[in-house]
Amino acid sequence: MNKQSNTYTIFYAIIMVVIVAAVLAVVAAWLKPIQQVNIDTEKKSAILGSVSLYNAEEASNDPAGKDAYVDKAYKEFIVDAFLVNSKGERVGDATAAFTVLGELKVAYAAEASKRELPVFISKDKAGKVNYIFPVYGKGLWGPVWGYIALGGDLNTISGVVLDHKGETPGLGAEITAPEFEGQYIGKKIFNNEEFVGVVVTKGAGSSEGNDHAVDAITGGTITCRGVQNMVVGCMSDYVPFIKKTQLK
Amino acid sequence: MSNKEKEPFFSAKNMKLLTSPFGANNPVTVQILGICSALAVTAKLKPALVMSLSVMVVCAFANLILSLMRNTIPSRIRIIVQLVVVAALVILVDQFLKAFVYDVSKQLSVFVGLIITNCIIMGRLEAFALNNKPWPSFLDGIGNGIGYGIILVVLGFFRELLGAGTIWGYKVIPEAVYDFGYENNGLMLLPPMALISVGIIIWIHRSRDKSLIEK
Repeated sequence: MNKQSNTYTIFYAIIMVVIVAAVLAVVAAWLKPIQQVNIDTEKKSAILGSVSLYNAEEASNDPAGKDAYVDKAYKEFIVDAFLVNSKGERVGDATAAFTVLGELKVAYAAEASKRELPVFISKDKAGKVNYIFPVYGKGLWGPVWGYIALGGDLNTISGVVLDHKGETPGLGAEITAPEFEGQYIGKKIFNNEEFVGVVVTKGAGSSEGNDHAVDAITGGTITCRGVQNMVVGCMSDYVPFIKKTQLK
Repeated sequence: MSNKEKEPFFSAKNMKLLTSPFGANNPVTVQILGICSALAVTAKLKPALVMSLSVMVVCAFANLILSLMRNTIPSRIRIIVQLVVVAALVILVDQFLKAFVYDVSKQLSVFVGLIITNCIIMGRLEAFALNNKPWPSFLDGIGNGIGYGIILVVLGFFRELLGAGTIWGYKVIPEAVYDFGYENNGLMLLPPMALISVGIIIWIHRSRDKSLIEK
């Protein structure tokens, strides 16, 4: 057979592509459920992590496996989850809230007045209640997202978990470090009833004594600015709900 | 097939294929391939190591598969065939990482996909796998993967140490040194300094092995 002929070349290409496509499709379909469990586990552990109810070491040492551990903790501590609209009204149930988590980008892309955003309420063993708000924004190279937990007063931040798709390792990627996330704890998003959020300021120690600011990461300015826009922008969407709940 | 006697699996010739990329024929410092990814993922040691392993797996299996197919490939579309095989393997690696070591796959994020464009893999396919039998090709892939990995790990080690004062995420430079006025060199974490570091490694390599110096 002439291996250099057009017919041979074309058929070779077609058969090769069909085989490769079939292999990839089968593998993707086979691994999909396992990957989905990983993604759900990660979201649940991040939600729990924002209120310090997740211990990574304990989870990976659990005999039942990390997924089961996280699932159990999630069911135990997250007592309520729902969607809120721009007027602060409850519009969806827990399942809907968790589904929206997977497509936060779409949820935030909607017009401000039509946004329906998820809220999670946790209650730890001591009965302390926290409200957890998922947020989503832009970093330098790609999306950044996170969970901001407010204490029972819906003003003081009790914990933050941040994550990113592909920020520069060692610079912007440091937003996920406990040193950066920890700065948010105890900061306040309202200044005398008025929403201000938490901004970033340049230089180590520059936010000292400021209730509404944290230190930016040197060399990670654009990522930090993205985090600031995310924290201020996304949290402002929750203000109607927060005000309404505070009045209760 | 032309060999009359069966060659042992780890004959001297095969071992040379495996080990020569570690030094005299290193893909990064001698062949100057795969520089882009060597700069991109080496700011920290851990992603550098996982990236090296992924490249090694892809390089070895791409070499193996291409070598098995080598007598059937029409030469006019051989580059496309190579790309399809490499891309399929990379997607498989990515899917498996996502399913079984999710945390690592998150750390590598886009870089796994970029293995497709790593010149080392295409380079070895063109230069070796298309003309050699499966087993030597497989060894050649492993060898080049390790050769690439050595450079990445060395780079990752020094960049993380000097740039962030940590190794594998653990602080190694004591607080006292900072009190004395020492500061982490932020430039080490940026790509330009990585390029300069690669240059320094090449310099050291050539000064130790004079046969590499061009006339």
